[in-house]
Amino acid sequence: MSLLEVRALSKEFGGLRALEGVSFAAEEGEILGIIGPNGAGKTTLFNLISGVYAPSSGEMIFQGESILRLKPHQISRLGIGRTFQIVRPFQNLDVETNVLVALGHRYYPSLWKSSAPYRQPGILEEVHALIERSGLRPYTNQLAKNLPLGFKKRLEIARALALGPRLLLLDEPSAGLRFEESTQLMELIRQVLEQGIGVLLIEHNMQVVMDLCKRIVVLDHGSKIAEGSPEEIRSNPLVIQAYLGKET
Amino acid sequence: MISGYLLTILITIVIYAMLAHSLNIITGHAGQISLGHASFFGIGAYTSAMLYTEAGFPFWISVPMAAVAAGIVGAFLGIPCLRVRDDFLAITTMGINFVVEAIFLYLPFFGGAMGIGGINLPRWFGREMTKPEYFILILVVFGLLLVLDRRMGRSWIGLAWASIREDEQAAGAMGVDVVRFKVLAFILGSAIAGLAGGFYAHFLTFIMPQNFGFGQSIVILSMVVFGGIGSRWGPIVGAIILGVLPEVSRPIMEYRILIYGILLLGMMRFQPGGLLGPESILPRILRRSVYGLRGPG
Repeated sequence: MSLLEVRALSKEFGGLRALEGVSFAAEEGEILGIIGPNGAGKTTLFNLISGVYAPSSGEMIFQGESILRLKPHQISRLGIGRTFQIVRPFQNLDVETNVLVALGHRYYPSLWKSSAPYRQPGILEEVHALIERSGLRPYTNQLAKNLPLGFKKRLEIARALALGPRLLLLDEPSAGLRFEESTQLMELIRQVLEQGIGVLLIEHNMQVVMDLCKRIVVLDHGSKIAEGSPEEIRSNPLVIQAYLGKET
Repeated sequence: MISGYLLTILITIVIYAMLAHSLNIITGHAGQISLGHASFFGIGAYTSAMLYTEAGFPFWISVPMAAVAAGIVGAFLGIPCLRVRDDFLAITTMGINFVVEAIFLYLPFFGGAMGIGGINLPRWFGREMTKPEYFILILVVFGLLLVLDRRMGRSWIGLAWASIREDEQAAGAMGVDVVRFKVLAFILGSAIAGLAGGFYAHFLTFIMPQNFGFGQSIVILSMVVFGGIGSRWGPIVGAIILGVLPEVSRPIMEYRILIYGILLLGMMRFQPGGLLGPESILPRILRRSVYGLRGPG
């Protein structure tokens, strides 16, 4: 059984087909790259899996259960964490509190439990372990809005990890980062993989994708045009055509 | 002995502080703008007044019922508000205020333009409560609400509200049930406004629809913004200052809305966080004098 199985997923926005019949499967401990030109539907795909939009048709099975009609908070509680293409940390909360919000997923379902104070020794320990792991310790009590971009991205990953996820959706983690920052971030992603967490990675930087991913799905104009190993993708004429255009 | 006039002002200010505090839960903590908060104040006042004058319930039942009624209506009105955000939410809540005021004004059941009279101060120990006793009663109730607010602020509920205020979509992705916590904020804020309405009706002894119009909502919002939106003490300080100002001089009373408007504009330009906002002048001066530190800049 796959960790996440997506079958014939489609999404229309008022007649505009953003995604059309996309199918693939993601496995535990594997990083599946999702690439495609701008407007191919990559972020739409993430927004469908994380419940921001409801699909027009198709099916999504996570750990054997359909997540088709679930709300974002239900999906995240099941163990799908995500980051955003344009970073969205809670800007006016400090790093510690940002991570705490996500740890609260265990308490929010019960009104009684969620009325308990959140600053408890055991919970803070967990938060600090996550902050340490993501290399954010010097920033623990800084407001998120004051962090450099690379660390905001780390914070988003730390926050997603606080959900105790089985699957992470990373939307262009290396975009806007300098080379070293990007390399460090990839190191963090590798560590995540070692824990057996599955990763879906949207990425424009081909170097990063080819290095990290054993398997890649290519989208173009909302449809899947190829799937395979980096070598196969690199030599696939359809992919080359999608990126570079048709020879005339 | 405090004069009756001073007591009237004091009681009015505590009621305003309670209102500002209740709006702060919705707008400050959970980040949902409301331009119709006076409607819940009115629903509380009318519920308490009707139960007291028509059904013969004592104050001790009619006022808690005012909070319950306003909370229930707040939950129902909160639901359509869940589908809209920011400027649309502002307009929706404003519309709700006009509808509620119109219902009080045009339905004879609610006494129409004449309002409802004959609501008295509560009785205890076989006699009517005196004004100083009533002042202490609402002060104690308000104190308890502040203790509760402090507890909420330190709980997962407070954290969930903060995350919704910062970024709804990211909050959802972190497991926060956005709908549930928004409705909770609307229920609590409306119920406390309803409670304030109950206290108000029994103190003023008669109520009219005009007390609960859009202008009143703006007065409450001004207090919250002026004092410092989202901070615990800011809205209270705002209620005290903006509540006392019109009493100090008659001209201010006559041009109240004009002065509030100018104050709001000035605050937005120079101190958007309000008097007690985290980055405002006043907390910086206080910190400097307490720790003897130099503030930034």
